[in-house]
Amino acid sequence: MSLLTMITKMAEGLGNTCAIFFLTLLFSLPLGMVIAFLRMSKSKIISNFTRVIIAILRGTPLMLQLIAVTYGPYYLFGISISRNKLIPVVIAFAINYAAYFAEIYRSGIESMPVGQYEAAEILGYSKVQTFFRVILPQVAKRIMPSITNEVVTLVKDTSMAFTVSYQEMFTIGKQIANSQTSFVPFVVAGAFYFIFNAIVDYVMGKVEKSMDYYE
Amino acid sequence: MKVLQIKNIEKSYGSNNVLKDISLSVDMGEVVSIIGPSGSGKSTLLRCATLLTEMDSGELIYLDECAVKNDEKGKAVYADKAELKKVRGIFGLVFQNFNLFPHYSVMKNLVDPQMTVLGRSKEAAEKKAVELLDKMGLSEKADFYPCMLSGGQQQRVAIARALAMDPTILFFDEPTSALDPELTGEVLKVIKQLAEEKMTMVIVTHEMAFARAVSNRVIFMDGGVIVEQGEPEEVFGNPQAERTKQFLRNYQS
Repeated sequence: MSLLTMITKMAEGLGNTCAIFFLTLLFSLPLGMVIAFLRMSKSKIISNFTRVIIAILRGTPLMLQLIAVTYGPYYLFGISISRNKLIPVVIAFAINYAAYFAEIYRSGIESMPVGQYEAAEILGYSKVQTFFRVILPQVAKRIMPSITNEVVTLVKDTSMAFTVSYQEMFTIGKQIANSQTSFVPFVVAGAFYFIFNAIVDYVMGKVEKSMDYYE
Repeated sequence: MKVLQIKNIEKSYGSNNVLKDISLSVDMGEVVSIIGPSGSGKSTLLRCATLLTEMDSGELIYLDECAVKNDEKGKAVYADKAELKKVRGIFGLVFQNFNLFPHYSVMKNLVDPQMTVLGRSKEAAEKKAVELLDKMGLSEKADFYPCMLSGGQQQRVAIARALAMDPTILFFDEPTSALDPELTGEVLKVIKQLAEEKMTMVIVTHEMAFARAVSNRVIFMDGGVIVEQGEPEEVFGNPQAERTKQFLRNYQS
């Protein structure tokens, strides 16, 4: 198999890689906010329960969670595994990443000086207005470097979908490597991830820069 | 007419009684300065009056809106959300460290609260903001962000932001304590100007000369009680209580 064929075949899997990447961000970024709020809940029961959930999601391998979400329903309830593995893969990724984002949001929100809340309260902003108009825009700026970190990691983590044989770029590369007994597909995969992340870096850099208008 | 009536406020943190049975009322157009050593309860009094800190017992009335009253057991009961929202519209507060919104330009700091809270149109809010910035001598700074301004300028923006909400009474919590002496003057000048316009104000301050010059009444607090109060000339010129004399002596030397 020529190098070009390898690259073409693997590039076909990039669509699925992107699907995992973008869908995970789409769901985990807002879900993380919900988890962050539950974690910061005044109710001890809710906040402790959420803390345990976050600990499990962060304390066990994503690979294990992928397997659990994909095959768990079959072993537990005898539900047949859907042919489209994108759904369980995205569910597993989104929940796992939401746990990390939740902790980033929480650290950002808790780092806000109390004076900002008090100023808004004195001016008459409601709690919701205070959060969306005063707190969130400032938190976004504070946490953006940490978010970038997670997004870069996510690009590389998409390769874990190979454990449940979802046909993304790395899975295809691994199959070619096995059938051709060649190391070249791994080099190609590495190059793909590197380029992908160069783009992510560039975009996130722009986003961070767009928030640079104040200190 | 009384703008603010505080009756028998008590506040303690654990066993530390910060405010002991404090009563105070402020008339329309009156300028009241509160002086006293650190830890005397001045700031806590201001925070209780502005609903930032919950009092343990006491009453709080703005105009004819009752924000807090006592139940039979003498425990403070706060009015409902809608009533408190109305009360919050009556007063404004200028903080020691400004607390401007750093992600908003000076203009937006003044415009956003008017639109969000009072429902003013953008045009009306901007017109008001322009007038106030002009009054504060900050017309050219409208498009700047707070981080680009000096402390004195930031504090003047904060005063303008508070005034934009048309408060009936304005509180100042040590408005110049975070400023170096050079910048203190420009903020005091603005407050003095407001006093001349008969703005009702309660000012917690360490600036004795300023308090003397600007107030109708000076209150000296120590240990959670009002030790002495009266016209500035009385309190500064001929203090009665030993504690007041001692405090003022330390300041003058």
